[in-house]
Amino acid sequence: MCLAIPGKIVELLDDQNQYAMIDVSGVKRKVNISLIKHENVNENDWVLIHVGFAMNKISEEQAKEQLQLLQEIGEDKEAMEEVRGYQFE
Amino acid sequence: MKMRYIDEFRNPDLIKKTLEEIERIVEPDDHFRIMEACGGHTYSIFHFGLQELLPKNIEFIHGPGCPVCVLPPGRVDEGLEIASKNSEVIFTAFGDVMRVPGKKGSPLNHKAMGTDVRMIYSPLDALNIAIKNPDKKVILFAIGFETTAPSTAITVLKAKELDIDNFFVYSNHVKIIPVLKSILDQPNMRIDGFIGPGHASVIIGAHPYEIIAKEYKKPVVISGFEPLDILQSILMLIKQLKSGESKVEIQYKRVVMEEGNVSALEIIDQVFEDRPAFEWRGLGAIQNSALKLKPEFAKWDAEVHFNVEKIHIEENKDAQCGEILKGMLKPNQCKLFGKVCTPDNPVGALMVSSEGACATYYNHLYSTMSS
Repeated sequence: MCLAIPGKIVELLDDQNQYAMIDVSGVKRKVNISLIKHENVNENDWVLIHVGFAMNKISEEQAKEQLQLLQEIGEDKEAMEEVRGYQFE
Repeated sequence: MKMRYIDEFRNPDLIKKTLEEIERIVEPDDHFRIMEACGGHTYSIFHFGLQELLPKNIEFIHGPGCPVCVLPPGRVDEGLEIASKNSEVIFTAFGDVMRVPGKKGSPLNHKAMGTDVRMIYSPLDALNIAIKNPDKKVILFAIGFETTAPSTAITVLKAKELDIDNFFVYSNHVKIIPVLKSILDQPNMRIDGFIGPGHASVIIGAHPYEIIAKEYKKPVVISGFEPLDILQSILMLIKQLKSGESKVEIQYKRVVMEEGNVSALEIIDQVFEDRPAFEWRGLGAIQNSALKLKPEFAKWDAEVHFNVEKIHIEENKDAQCGEILKGMLKPNQCKLFGKVCTPDNPVGALMVSSEGACATYYNHLYSTMSS
């Protein structure tokens, strides 16, 4: 029931932003986008889909930031160890 | 086939890094009891083998965030009773409801016996069935936390807009914060922190969890569902626990906003109101923990339109669903687990739903034993 899946908006289907055609891993689905009407929804945006409705946009920036944060784990530590290793008199 | 926003969060190098960092921070005497509230997290943890990869100092307490698992036994029967007694009624529900065992069988059993039972993927499907079958009455057996309630609400609003009078909602929508508080209030309950439900939080945001952090002094990290999301959330929780902090953090920042989805919250508020109390399987009655349609939507409320006799079912005395839901027992410690109660022959809903702790344990830990 928690199941929600990312999909990419291929086409906005009506003026009132009720429905969009969304690509979910190559399969095109008609999805109701009324819940994210208030956000600036455009073609090529990625959204999270649950029971036929888009729940929110997916932030590419935030996704990148999260991955970057994890990439940096241990890097500070390695840098500090290197610095401690300097034997400058 | 590359799947964006999924594959990146399964990166093996980053998984390794995060695990190493967790191992570096955890000390030998630490014992952290972490509740993953949501059934989807229970599933992910076992599906990706995370409980094997993590240090043994971390113990998962499986939470009640599986809306099918916590349905009181009589509710499915009540819905099916309407459909089996009236040939013009079509009973519709999501897939994981279809095998929930009722007193006279599951929805699928009823279907085999001639009741018009149909599986749907969206509440809108049920409305479409009603539109296509004007001589029938369609019941949407609606389940789900705040994740799904907005979708049911929009469907009701659509029914009103299109003046559809043969579509009815049998609402079993429940709320996550009241049930978490109820669990924290149990005597002898020991939980150190929470992995917060990712998708319910897309709707409700982070603020409702403040009470858990401030009053119960338990850290909450709202998490995504990929392995890296869960591991990062555990790392964030352990850091808080080691430093004695208790605050609400969002790990799942790519979709969860602090304020949630304000539109969706307004729509829930427009269509639903709190039930004074609702009976949860294994947990008893919890106040203001479930939703029903507001009086102005009574025309689409199955409980108003049909004369539904409340069905109270005595639970199998040996089934320990309640204790598992409260985190007192692990699924394999239930007397019936794997012997009487299996996915093929489920006694309780924890074994029926793919997100239920028991089904998860059975399918991931015991699948080799059954062959």
